[in-house]
Amino acid sequence: MTNTFYDLLRRQGITRRSFLKFCSLTATSLGLGAAAAPRIAHALESKPRTPVVWLHGLECTCCTESFIRSAHPLTKDVVLSMLSLDYDDTIMAAAGHQAEAVLEEVKAKYKGRYILAVEGNPPLNEDGMYCFQGGRPFVEKLKDMAADCQAIIAWGSCASWGCVQAAKPNPTRATPVHKVITDKPVIKVPGCPPIPEVMTAVVTYLLTFERLPTLDRMGRPAMFYGQRIHDKCYRRPHFDAGQFAESWDDEGARKGYCLYKMGCKGPTTYNACSTVRWNEGTSFPIQSGHGCIGCSEEGFWDKGSFYDRVTDIKQFGIESNADKVGATAAGVVGAAVAAHAAVTALARARNKTGIAVKQGE
Amino acid sequence: MGVYETQGFKLDNTGKRVVVDPVTRIEGHLRVEVNLDENNVIRNAVSTGTMWRGLEVILKGRDPRDAWAFTERICGVCTGTHALTSVRAVEDALGIAIPENANTIRNLMQLNLYVHDHLVHFYHLHALDWVDVVSALSADPKATSELAQSISAWPKSSPGYFRDLQNRLKKFVESGQLGPFMNGYWGNPAYRLPPEANLMAVAHYLEALDFQKEIVKVHAVFGGKNPHPNWLVGGMPCAINLDGPGAVGAINMERLNLVKSIIDQTRTFIEQVYIPDLLAVASFYKDWLYGGGLSSRALLSYGDIPQRANDYSAPNLLLPRGAIIDGDLTKIHAVDLKDPEQVQEFVSHSWYKYADETQGLHPWDGVTEPSFVLGPNTRGSKTRIESLDEEGKYSWIKAPRWRGHAMEVGCLSRMVLGYLQPQQYPFIKDTIDAVLAKLDVPVQALFSTLGRTAARGIETLYCAQLQVEQFDKLIANLKAGDLTTANIDKWEPSTWPKEAKGAGFTEAPRGALGHWIRIKDGRIDNYQAVVPTTWNGSPRDHTGQIGAFEASLMDTPLAKADEPLEILRTLHSFDPCLACSTHVMSPDGQEMAQVKVR
Repeated sequence: MTNTFYDLLRRQGITRRSFLKFCSLTATSLGLGAAAAPRIAHALESKPRTPVVWLHGLECTCCTESFIRSAHPLTKDVVLSMLSLDYDDTIMAAAGHQAEAVLEEVKAKYKGRYILAVEGNPPLNEDGMYCFQGGRPFVEKLKDMAADCQAIIAWGSCASWGCVQAAKPNPTRATPVHKVITDKPVIKVPGCPPIPEVMTAVVTYLLTFERLPTLDRMGRPAMFYGQRIHDKCYRRPHFDAGQFAESWDDEGARKGYCLYKMGCKGPTTYNACSTVRWNEGTSFPIQSGHGCIGCSEEGFWDKGSFYDRVTDIKQFGIESNADKVGATAAGVVGAAVAAHAAVTALARARNKTGIAVKQGE
Repeated sequence: MGVYETQGFKLDNTGKRVVVDPVTRIEGHLRVEVNLDENNVIRNAVSTGTMWRGLEVILKGRDPRDAWAFTERICGVCTGTHALTSVRAVEDALGIAIPENANTIRNLMQLNLYVHDHLVHFYHLHALDWVDVVSALSADPKATSELAQSISAWPKSSPGYFRDLQNRLKKFVESGQLGPFMNGYWGNPAYRLPPEANLMAVAHYLEALDFQKEIVKVHAVFGGKNPHPNWLVGGMPCAINLDGPGAVGAINMERLNLVKSIIDQTRTFIEQVYIPDLLAVASFYKDWLYGGGLSSRALLSYGDIPQRANDYSAPNLLLPRGAIIDGDLTKIHAVDLKDPEQVQEFVSHSWYKYADETQGLHPWDGVTEPSFVLGPNTRGSKTRIESLDEEGKYSWIKAPRWRGHAMEVGCLSRMVLGYLQPQQYPFIKDTIDAVLAKLDVPVQALFSTLGRTAARGIETLYCAQLQVEQFDKLIANLKAGDLTTANIDKWEPSTWPKEAKGAGFTEAPRGALGHWIRIKDGRIDNYQAVVPTTWNGSPRDHTGQIGAFEASLMDTPLAKADEPLEILRTLHSFDPCLACSTHVMSPDGQEMAQVKVR
């Protein structure tokens, strides 16, 4: 027999009042407003826990490590009460054929009703044998489990774009999930790794509303990937005022000035680091003094050194302006910022149109 | 080579073959095959790394200052340790000295990784090898409370607390959706804890899951995020500003207080939860002393946590360096990563080829060329492997050797090397003696699966203590007026020599980690990493020597031949990390065929 999420909470001694409070907190944290709380409550009261199969291809497990850092909701509650994590080779008790048997069981029992979470990606060279599990190529396991799933979550930059093993010259032909599975919806949650609470929010959204979140043209949830880190960076006023760190540990660095000239990729990176922040809001890369390396962007490993200024990309053409901003002051600032805004808008447009993204259904 | 002797073990692959693939609760992808005799005792073991990513090839031609970010992505579990190794290798090549504060902050980050990684390993990757979750359902909550209160002052220990937890667990099981506990080996006779100890351990499994996310906030403060914090060649990117305008944008008193608070909470959790649990579990398994493998004969550690900046010699390291070979614990051999005779990699049983596979190559001079060829006795096909042929090539992991010896690396190596040098490492010596006395077992008990697991706990306690000391050292240096965190004298590539080479090391939580780099015209000309699980997960070499995983499984009896509980228990005691071990470069097709690392 199966139980709904609400049944479980009740039987675990959680009161209806606490349950409703949880629902309204969830609604608020997802930015949905109080009106959505009853819908969340209804959804959780009437559904068995959705099975999740979490596969690992070529990866480093940073996505799993990030997932378990989630503070709201706690990973413990996600795994015990919100969904049913039936397969995840990083934490599951069973191994070998007892582990693989779980996959068959899920396919048979929950055909079309389980979520497939993919961390890492399949390599296609050497007949896929650069990553094999149970004696067969990972890409086969992926296709097999994708065939009967409801939707796919592509965790992290590996599953979304290819990430580090797909950096030039991509020796294994590591390939992102949406290029291998083309007949299922794929939600890309990029980042190396993605932010913990973004990961659990995407899962919670799926379970609660029983639909995919609104995705941008790249396949990412618009709610977390709709703005550049630069747009909401707390150091943005220093950019606008022409106050930059010019070298490591200089006066500007110690005053928390803008890291744009140190190579910060915040102006071209779509992610929620400057708003949600990391590790329960403790910090994010820019706050701790290192520029953003753009880890949620496609192909970020192959866009030059992390310490090259974004303006080094020729088409941007504002390098001299940005330098002047640093050297002089207010007079030039307005023009530089205007140029900067125009250029990032251009980059955004190019990103939107330059890459063909298969959207599945 | 069906039946032969090596390193004190008698290998015999004629018995029933059992395959475990995937080995779960590890990082990455590992396969193990064993042969059992008629009494279900393991008489042959074959360990196979089943993934390969090729990061070293990808690094070629890149900016050496970027290498830390690439290599950090070798592993997201021991996050940061590859990055630290990488910046040390680049600094060694270019002759860059880092400021004292940067060294101390790096130490804090590395120690923080240790306590986090070891804690998560014990509870979330290893505990289910010793703890029967289903048995916990029949525990008496009151007796559980008495047990918990008898071993620790940890406040969450009332009968009601354990009753609530047990109820939650019961409802979970009754729901019929067992999630990650589905198909576990519950009820296997190799589980020995009474129900109350199982319930206590399950409670702490969940508490540790909640708590671990706090520990890594230290990485977030200094590195901006965890997993995968940020690092810098020449120091650390986090500037310090204690009382000037703009201090809120840097490391300031509030940030330091946060770090201090986490360090203190962490030490309390280790002392009051992890260590008492470890001792309680160990007391029920202290006569299950299988799994020692190579540990009593061949141990290696590079050492780590330099007390003073820029001095990487053994006397300056707070985690010990050295090598033990031939089982002679009276002689600690000096270790030098740059000596071409010491660290060498062999490929006769790995999916790579050398011109002469009887020779090993030092990482600075390594050649790597792929050769995914299965041995003639492989069962199945290339993409449907039923069982591998260990007389041929059978792993994506190379076989590293130290002066020709297969070695075990990791927490047990470090703790034994510390134990043998009590003047330099009194904390390690005293703690090990106390644990042995508490369990009433002889020192030889260390050389076992349980000994490895105990060593990891002892090391966690040591590192939790070192975190406190390193934090105090940072404060003392700041108090003396030194706020420097980065040396930028050689930041610009124009200041570098035309050619340079260097080696960097750390002790990753899983063991000795080395990166070797060659820089030419400001770019990476060659990059090689030899990582802990390459040592421990090593396949055979041309002389037939087996690796540490393989040796550790030898002669262990299985309670049930079709339930690999004891195999998992011993493999997990090493904390395998396969993404690390199998990233070694390999060419692919036309383009890659020209890329030969020299």
